[in-house]
Amino acid sequence: MIKKTVDSVQKALEGVKDGMTFMLGGFGLCGIPENAIAELVRLNIKDITCISNNAGVDDFGLGQLLQKHQIKKMIASYVGENKEFERQMLSGEMEVELTPQGTLAQKCQAAQGGFPAFYTPAGYGTEVAEGKETREFNGKMYVLEEAFKADFSFVKAWKGDEAGNLIFKGTARNFNPCMCGSANITVAEVEELVPAGELDPNQIHIPGIFVQRIFQGRDYEKRIEQRTVRERK
Amino acid sequence: MLDKNGIAKRIAKEVKDGYYVNLGIGIPTLVANFVRDDIDVEFQSENGILGMGPFPFEGEEDADLINAGKQTITALPGASFFDSATSFAMIRGRHVDLTILGAMEVSENGDIANWKIPGKMVKGMGGAMDLVASASTIIVAMMHTNRAGESKLLKRCALPLTGVGCVTKIVTNLAVIEVTERGFLLKERAPGVSVEEIQKVTEGKLVFEGKVPEMEV
Repeated sequence: MIKKTVDSVQKALEGVKDGMTFMLGGFGLCGIPENAIAELVRLNIKDITCISNNAGVDDFGLGQLLQKHQIKKMIASYVGENKEFERQMLSGEMEVELTPQGTLAQKCQAAQGGFPAFYTPAGYGTEVAEGKETREFNGKMYVLEEAFKADFSFVKAWKGDEAGNLIFKGTARNFNPCMCGSANITVAEVEELVPAGELDPNQIHIPGIFVQRIFQGRDYEKRIEQRTVRERK
Repeated sequence: MLDKNGIAKRIAKEVKDGYYVNLGIGIPTLVANFVRDDIDVEFQSENGILGMGPFPFEGEEDADLINAGKQTITALPGASFFDSATSFAMIRGRHVDLTILGAMEVSENGDIANWKIPGKMVKGMGGAMDLVASASTIIVAMMHTNRAGESKLLKRCALPLTGVGCVTKIVTNLAVIEVTERGFLLKERAPGVSVEEIQKVTEGKLVFEGKVPEMEV
């Protein structure tokens, strides 16, 4: 067994530098790497390029990095929940590359699997396709999109073991598996870190080969953005 | 004239037995409330669930279980969870049968604009571009006019496009319309609304055949 465990978030983030490109898992605030984000805030790394579906809310998730003006460029599909984000984007303080959600996921997946690029129908005929190669297959038009290149991926899983194998829970899975092994170094934080052999190999969502460092996360807030309920009858 | 629930109720009739359906945010979300309970339908949310159920009972909310609108939801028996790439494989690969979404503008050739108002609203397209570029059947749920009373059914969209030539059907507070090579084909009128009234607020080319029936809601 090749051991991937590190004993602190500090060790997990060793090597992060100003100007780097990071992938961060999560959809809204669901399944975000809370510990890694907190550490990036503490380290005050600047001029980051972030690849993440959303940009958090004003005071949580990636919003914390925005508050401290640490993000130079944001690549996301939807950023509607964050006023500070909108302000920095409209004022030109931050560069933003809005990317269709499926394309964003596939640009991560392609990086993981060694594809330099792929064709997708998403965005054809829109400003997203401007300046990109397009091509017809079987009578339908497609846009050529390139795989992401990133220095670090920060992902959050429910359970993980010493070998870096990961299991996700519910819709907290989202972009996290796609970002594993898609950057030079993948850092996984988990709610429950167990010894090798305790997880059923049949149930592993992401094999440890895609993960370089894994650590036991702590103090998860797991904030809910829209608490919607129905009445008991 | 229909209200938002009326629009949702009319669209629910388009949902057939055995369909996998993706519902957008807003009026489309309401469609789930009106789908017949004697047919089997599964709702997909692009953040990674098939078999999405209703909101949870108070006290049973799970931060790890949300829909694409970031609302807490439940999973029905037979549900499954998956990653975002797999989710969009379902969409891009046309495994999802029906997509219902809102729009700011639709043009007579089926172009749709619903993600950006330059200089004003820059929230992003989310999954909308993937959905409209891929789905075989796309139904738009929207009001016939905007807040200023201007038509949202246009000759050409003025706003940045989400997708080209992709909308198949539009259900508004006034009408059910199919997008055809001849333009907007008026299929049904909302209760108490005349063809003339619909014509007046439809900027794009509106065509109809014979007597246009009133919709049954």
